[in-house]
Amino acid sequence: MEFTLTDLTHLLPIVIVAASVLVAMTIDMFTKEADKTLGWFTALSLFAAAYVSLFFVDKTGVHLSGVVASGGATNILHFVFTFGAGVVALISMEYAKKTEMRVGEYYVLVLSSVLGMMLIAAAKDLAVIFVGLEQMSISFYALAGIRRKRDKSVEASLKYFLLGAFATGFVVYGMALIYGSSGTMALDTIRYAFPDLVSQPLFVLGLALFVIGFAFKIAAVPFHMWAPDVYQGSPTPVAGLMSTVGKAAAFAALLLIFRPVFDGAENALFPFLAIVATLSMLYGAIVAIAQDDLKRMLAYSSVAHAGYMLIGFASGEATGAAGVIYYLVAYAFMNLGAFGIIAMIESAEETNLKVQDYAGLGTRAPALAALLSLFMFALSGIPPLAGFFGKYYVFIAAVEGGATWLALVGVASSAISVYFYLRVVVVMYFGKSENRMEYSVSNVSLLGVTISAMLVILLGVLPGSIIKLIESFVR
Amino acid sequence: MLETYLPILLTFAAAVGFAVVATFSSEWFGPQTPNPEKHSTYESGVKPLGTTKDRVSIKYYMVAMLFIIFDLEVVFVYPWATEFGTLFGEHGVAAFWSMMIFLIVFEFGYLYAYKKGGFKWA
Amino acid sequence: MAIELIYLTVALPLAGFLVNGLLGSRIKNEKAIGAIGAGVVGLSFVIVVMAFFETLGKPVAERTSVVELYSWLAAGDIGVSIAYQVDQLSLVMAMVVTGVGFLIHVYSIGYMHGDKAFWRFFAYLNLFIFAMMNLILADNFVLMFLGWEGVGLCSYLLIGFWYDKKFEKSTTSEAAKKAFVVNRIGDFGFLLGMFLILTTFGSLNFGEVFAGVAAAENVPPLTFELIAIFLFIGATGKSAQIPLYVWLPDAMAGPTPVSALIHAATMVTAGVYMVARTSIIYVNAPTALMVVAVVGLATAFFAATIGLVQNDIKKVLAYSTVSQLGYMFLALGSGAFVAGVFHVMTHAFFKALLFLGAGSVIHGMHEEQDIQKYGGLKKYMPRTYITFLIASLAISGIPPLAGFFSKDEILWYSFMNRGEIFWIVGAVTALLTAFYMFRLLSLTFYGKPRFDEAHTKPHESPYVMTVPLMILAVLSIVGGWIGIPEIFSGEHGNLFHSWLAPVFAEANLAHGAHPSHTTEILLMAISVAGAAGAAYLGYRMYSSSKKQPGELKGAAGAVHKLLFNKYYVDELYDATAVKPTVWTSRYLLWKFIDVGVIDGFINFLGSLVERLSGVLRKMQTGVAQFYAAIMTLGVAITILWIILSL
Repeated sequence: MEFTLTDLTHLLPIVIVAASVLVAMTIDMFTKEADKTLGWFTALSLFAAAYVSLFFVDKTGVHLSGVVASGGATNILHFVFTFGAGVVALISMEYAKKTEMRVGEYYVLVLSSVLGMMLIAAAKDLAVIFVGLEQMSISFYALAGIRRKRDKSVEASLKYFLLGAFATGFVVYGMALIYGSSGTMALDTIRYAFPDLVSQPLFVLGLALFVIGFAFKIAAVPFHMWAPDVYQGSPTPVAGLMSTVGKAAAFAALLLIFRPVFDGAENALFPFLAIVATLSMLYGAIVAIAQDDLKRMLAYSSVAHAGYMLIGFASGEATGAAGVIYYLVAYAFMNLGAFGIIAMIESAEETNLKVQDYAGLGTRAPALAALLSLFMFALSGIPPLAGFFGKYYVFIAAVEGGATWLALVGVASSAISVYFYLRVVVVMYFGKSENRMEYSVSNVSLLGVTISAMLVILLGVLPGSIIKLIESFVR
Repeated sequence: MLETYLPILLTFAAAVGFAVVATFSSEWFGPQTPNPEKHSTYESGVKPLGTTKDRVSIKYYMVAMLFIIFDLEVVFVYPWATEFGTLFGEHGVAAFWSMMIFLIVFEFGYLYAYKKGGFKWA
Repeated sequence: MAIELIYLTVALPLAGFLVNGLLGSRIKNEKAIGAIGAGVVGLSFVIVVMAFFETLGKPVAERTSVVELYSWLAAGDIGVSIAYQVDQLSLVMAMVVTGVGFLIHVYSIGYMHGDKAFWRFFAYLNLFIFAMMNLILADNFVLMFLGWEGVGLCSYLLIGFWYDKKFEKSTTSEAAKKAFVVNRIGDFGFLLGMFLILTTFGSLNFGEVFAGVAAAENVPPLTFELIAIFLFIGATGKSAQIPLYVWLPDAMAGPTPVSALIHAATMVTAGVYMVARTSIIYVNAPTALMVVAVVGLATAFFAATIGLVQNDIKKVLAYSTVSQLGYMFLALGSGAFVAGVFHVMTHAFFKALLFLGAGSVIHGMHEEQDIQKYGGLKKYMPRTYITFLIASLAISGIPPLAGFFSKDEILWYSFMNRGEIFWIVGAVTALLTAFYMFRLLSLTFYGKPRFDEAHTKPHESPYVMTVPLMILAVLSIVGGWIGIPEIFSGEHGNLFHSWLAPVFAEANLAHGAHPSHTTEILLMAISVAGAAGAAYLGYRMYSSSKKQPGELKGAAGAVHKLLFNKYYVDELYDATAVKPTVWTSRYLLWKFIDVGVIDGFINFLGSLVERLSGVLRKMQTGVAQFYAAIMTLGVAITILWIILSL
């Protein structure tokens, strides 16, 4: 095994994050009152890693005996993880102060989960995917329960851990079957042998179990049941992290394993993917209507969005893969923005989370209301914001792949979902309320939310160039 | 192809056989002179009184978990050490440094646990 | 260099819109708002002029450059870019829009002084320039359509700017609505044309489509005809041609600078620009080109007759605009694309001047618009009067003012390519134009005041308003000199023609033998003499010192009544199109289909979904074991499916 300076520079985003974990631990060990320092350190090192990811986007290569890749789509995903988590770090600072959360472990765990995600996206080997998955998941379990004095937080953590371990079992079992039928853990070897392997039932079963394990992570029906409870119970920034970049990491694993299908191999799991996508879209959109709690509503909305993204996989087209990556970027920032605002409005006792609590926000905090409206419009897929083009590209891929009905289900479910997204907007601007709730707007949180808003608009205004860039990596 | 799995099968058989033999041999070969003391849950321990739902100090779990974690890492180091000669031949110093980096990161965790008071009982 | 910066001419007005639109209500200072609003347009003008000179320095074959900002939409084979095309045609249009636009912005600072929504006005004006520049500079149909819709929106917003003000029988909002709805009919045609282009040529990019048209051999001629007709329907909406011209006179409900900028100088010429831009399609569609010529001619004539008898100063100018736009389409329909664009330019100068002058008069007369209540204003507003006189001479086609050259060129081409009838009707329209313009001029500025001089004290407008008038007056005089016909300019040729002609396709319409120079000069002389005579007649009839112009009786009275009521076209449309549509819409579509069938169905679906939602949410029991069980069920079904599908 060679490890040269080239490897180091190409893997710099991962190296930065890995080093940051250790540095953050050191800061936590040797300083008291490290709240501000750690928050800023985490945010800045993540933004630095994000910058480096984009800067080295054309440095494609394989490193460390061929188990880790760099450049191309991998770096785009790195960007989503690091930039998204950076925004999370920004919106966490005020929230941590408000809720008197223990910050030492918090930022270390955020960084460590990002490291896991990056490993998944960079993996060239099933074992690396697994290591990354565990690194991410274990960090998430701990993060969900980081407000350990609150029952809901602990409950969320435990539920997530139990069900997550259960799901990980399927992933490992799937990997074992894939290994058993193909005789290799190397993704490239599997990729080239894929057209022959799909005729083996054992391989298809392994593939299905692998996908099921990650379907849990992306919260697709019927493996989604944990999501509402966990999102609601977790601290809001953590819920934002899990539902956006965490989901992106799981999709990254799926993109890796489905690579041969995008190259043109038979989409053996099409019925499974199509059904799961349909169920997720409809279930997510329908049940979200009945939710009063905004975090729960966003949890169901994330179920529906997982469904839309699965359409890209069901299509089996390279454009679908590009659409999914685009969607991931778009979804990450519109959802993070929404969670960021919720974190600002929410009180330390976790009240002010109901939709009705937002009544009259339009007049009392016009800036916050306008931003939240922007994110709601984007999430419901109204052009020209990011969410619209995410859906658009995925649906187009479905039509190209001959699954027009899936696109139609997607459109129908989008139509349903407009109802609950816009309800928030309607309540904010037209709702009457005597509730003079307190909310804490800090400049740092506002910065994070504003960055998200800018990206949501940017992705909506110039989707063409970005999708072209992504497509050039996927083909 | 399947014959390569034969050693595993043999190990499996030996494990099952040992468990069965160990469990039932005392019943088959031992003298049977029962008395009430012998019939209690723990023949040679503290009398089981009170509820089993008693809480145990969190420290106990901390130490147990830390022990298991650090213990398991040794499993990783052992094959490396035994095969170091071959590894060095193939990969050169990288074989050495990759384990060193692992150990450094790992010791970092140890330090963290120490600084955070993970080993303090009181 | 300036060509690469052409996007700034779009971005600057947008920035102006954002600054004034978002912060205008806080800035409050009219001078600052006006300076921002006019400044960004002025800067844009400077950039366009620089780009013009840069392009002028290039050889003819290299004068087209495309500045691509970014790829906006990429879906399958259709790629739409935000890209701006700088060539001879777009530069001429851009110079007119930003140049005249800048003057009107400056004028507005004075005109809108004291308005409670001063900032909103400038924000809208800048938004309009932004949209218009997109329309002109676009290198593809989609971006052009965006600009097209954008100017439509601005037109709507600005017509109804004083949304609570009374206008005729209703309010300005109603007029704005009318403009918007009528334009939508045209836009529908534009869209159909675009779709047809996309299906035929597989692209919406100008370069690709026009190359496709040039190379097309298997495309049936009918397709070209249809595309051309559909696009022309779009043009009739935006450029107020028969049958969709009815909105323009009502658009005069907006503030007068808006009428000058949008409803005279720039936006309404968008249709002319579009047809000129797609000239190659029209050249391949001879029937459609004939339709353009006939519609243009008919519009020019009918609008001029209506203009003869109107009493509202802005109404007269509005019908005059419709009529002049008809001339432009006559030019296009006669294959004289250069002449059409030439008239767009000269018309922008003198019509903007006329409107701004009218605005100055209205301003000075305290919002009185009825010319029967003017008279003798010459002595009160000398600067407005002189400039108004110059504009009237220009529009009447009196040499050597701008209107003469462009109008003469149009008439000449219509004679050459379409025949004598077209020339005769065109020339008669020119006479009518001269007559109604001098009627307007005389009733306003000559004769005795017909208002109560004791109470109404007319005053000249401030310099911020009259200086733009003067600049436009100069342009109305000299603006035509760049297009002096070959018979006068000799070896230099027609400069405007040699600049612009490479952009257009050659129409093959030669109508028999080439007429001689003598014919050309003779026809010119007839039309000039006729226009001068008609102008004198108008002056004589209406500048008398009588208190009120005489009433017409008998047959003349009936014609007058017919014309005064604009041929009852509004009433006709109202009875045949508007009322039935409204009835169908209200009782069949709304009350029955919408409320009964669709809403009923939607509400049913809605309540179904809500009930379903209520049931499904109960699945979320909170028990982790149950969640795991559901997961296991999913896994089991999946495995079962795989086993069964073996």
